[in-house]
Amino acid sequence: MSTITFTLNNSQVTVDAPPMTRLLDLLREHLHLTGTKEGCGEGECGSCSVLLNGELVNSCLVPTLQVQGATVTTIEGLGEHTHLHPIQQCFLEEGGAQCGICTPGMILATHHLLEKHPAPTLDEIREGLSGNLCRCTGYMRIFEAVQQTAKLAEAGK
Amino acid sequence: MRSDVRDYTLTAPGSLDAVLSALAANPRLTPIAGGTELMVALGVGRLGRHELISLDGLKELRFIEERPETLILGAGATFTDIRRNAAIAREFPLLAQTASWTGSIANQNRGTLGGNIANASPAADNPPALLAYDASIELVSATGRRTLPYDEFHLGYKKTVLQPGELIYAIHLPRRFAQHRQYVRKVGTRNAQAIAKIALAATALIDEAMVREIRLAGASLIDRPVRLHATEALLLGKAITPELRTQAAAVLASEIKPIDDIRSTAKYRIAVACNLLDEFLLSL
Repeated sequence: MSTITFTLNNSQVTVDAPPMTRLLDLLREHLHLTGTKEGCGEGECGSCSVLLNGELVNSCLVPTLQVQGATVTTIEGLGEHTHLHPIQQCFLEEGGAQCGICTPGMILATHHLLEKHPAPTLDEIREGLSGNLCRCTGYMRIFEAVQQTAKLAEAGK
Repeated sequence: MRSDVRDYTLTAPGSLDAVLSALAANPRLTPIAGGTELMVALGVGRLGRHELISLDGLKELRFIEERPETLILGAGATFTDIRRNAAIAREFPLLAQTASWTGSIANQNRGTLGGNIANASPAADNPPALLAYDASIELVSATGRRTLPYDEFHLGYKKTVLQPGELIYAIHLPRRFAQHRQYVRKVGTRNAQAIAKIALAATALIDEAMVREIRLAGASLIDRPVRLHATEALLLGKAITPELRTQAAAVLASEIKPIDDIRSTAKYRIAVACNLLDEFLLSL
């Protein structure tokens, strides 16, 4: 067992867990934050994406010991039911979510993309989300949701 | 069947010296950096090594240093670090390219150059570019350091010269490829994520229509990342003619030994390897 302290969605948390516990399992099973979804469990589908020190990562591939002292943001840290993050609002309005399994990861990948490219081209969107697989939407509505978010952010400046 | 994580240990000593001491004291320890390979094995219940030591966050390994004659990449440099580096983009575009198609953005944020090399997959994305740039590899252990041509690092399928207690410290790239023609192409089901069916990287210096220098390297052509010395030897010092291109394809086909696997067939790989070589030679 290891005792691990890190910042999760702006709050400091301390947990005891085996050090090789996947961050994904720590979030879902130890901390009951089930917004982060498990898809492939092999780092291919992106549904377990979270931000680790501001960088997009697959939480299924991060051993818990490696988040000691780090900052982790999950979908629960981005918005709330009563106050959605603009990315969540745009995914909702543009039909960027269907079954919802890929959606938390898509939204965190979008957040990471827009931090680097506030006004992304379609190619930048395609690359930024290339590690996040969706079997429902055919991607076009997701890309539109990303473009809409960027547009609203630009208009709100 | 997933592994039971309680069967595994992981420590993070926090400095390179402490990691090297721990490795010297316990040869059963397996280093883990970004986890993009070993955590996959853990997830599917195939991680056979149970004692791990973390290299994540070691500042001594995560650097890219520009020296006048050499660019030195620490083993802990991530693919994102490599993609963001201006000197690599300018002078080593093949490496910038291969880093960009190593997994997805999330994998690139975590995966390290040292990990990609140490994992020693014959299909690894970045080794062909390093071989085409005549890289050297610097290894470190509690007892010292040694540097050797990267071409001599891989010994066979998942076999390398790394000794117990030894880590990859850095890759050295000679900064003398500005005038070289450079080529890399990966053939896979898609560039992002998909593992290569085959890839070819090449650099060549052409002077008065003659091949003055040439390095060819590939992925998934044999049991390890490989330089294609016989094909290089044939082309060196000659002008590229249709006859020479035909001969080069024949030599290439005889020097590689690809396999049939879930991603492709040996026959397809040989045919495509020859096509990629020809594409490069036609561009010279």
